[in-house]
Amino acid sequence: MGKKKMTPEQEQYKKLEQKHELKRPVLKNCLKAFLVGGTICLIGQAVSYFYMYFFHFTEQTAGNPTVATMIFFSMLLTGFGVYDHIGQFAGAGSAVPITGFGNSVISAAIEHRTEGFVLGVGGNMFKLAGSVILFGVFSAFAVALIKTLLIMWGVL
Amino acid sequence: MLAMFFWAFIIGGLICVVGQLMFDVGRMTPGHTMSTLVVVGAILGGFGVYEPLIDFAGAGATIPITSFGNSLVNGALQEADQHGLVGVLTGMFEITSSGISAAVVFSFIGALLFKSKG
Repeated sequence: MGKKKMTPEQEQYKKLEQKHELKRPVLKNCLKAFLVGGTICLIGQAVSYFYMYFFHFTEQTAGNPTVATMIFFSMLLTGFGVYDHIGQFAGAGSAVPITGFGNSVISAAIEHRTEGFVLGVGGNMFKLAGSVILFGVFSAFAVALIKTLLIMWGVL
Repeated sequence: MLAMFFWAFIIGGLICVVGQLMFDVGRMTPGHTMSTLVVVGAILGGFGVYEPLIDFAGAGATIPITSFGNSLVNGALQEADQHGLVGVLTGMFEITSSGISAAVVFSFIGALLFKSKG
């Protein structure tokens, strides 16, 4: 289906709409996202150091338990309704870190609880995070397949 | 150690700014933004650029969602190194297993403990 040609009235309306549309404060939003996102990563770094000093993980492997811990924090904040407020303030600053991924799974689970545990919680848990897993896994599959084939053929 | 905290803050913050620009300038939904960032992370991981970033910025690189794509690729490549092409499938979730399991387990606990306010 191609785009329909707009009548003059529709074009006029579109211009009017654009004139009255609220300008997004891009710079301010970016600053908020930077501060909140940076702070979440700062907390993550503190958790990483905790695992490196007390459980002998290395710089590279400390990421795994850190991610799990951050998702645990995200569960508590989501459950008490705090994460939504952070999200309204920070935009991408709270969505891009792994806590945002955790928040999307956990909030879907809590929200659909009234529909029962099997069809509600189980069926809707990955409603929002599913696309992240789908595109992550598929692109990782393509990238890893190409790289493995190139290595096998002696190109790399 | 203090330098590490500093770079974690800066790099993590900058990745979030990229996400915010995709929201505001690219007019993308959060779902589209996160999916795109994961794909970007997977491609960077394939070129071997992401690991040095983790060495440099620590949690600033492991906490943003891009590291999910990177970990998927690395898990697949590690297993492929030992078992050939099948390893791409068997090793896929090797590293990211902690994130996925944590999300599943904690969200079930969350659903048991909390009631929705909506």
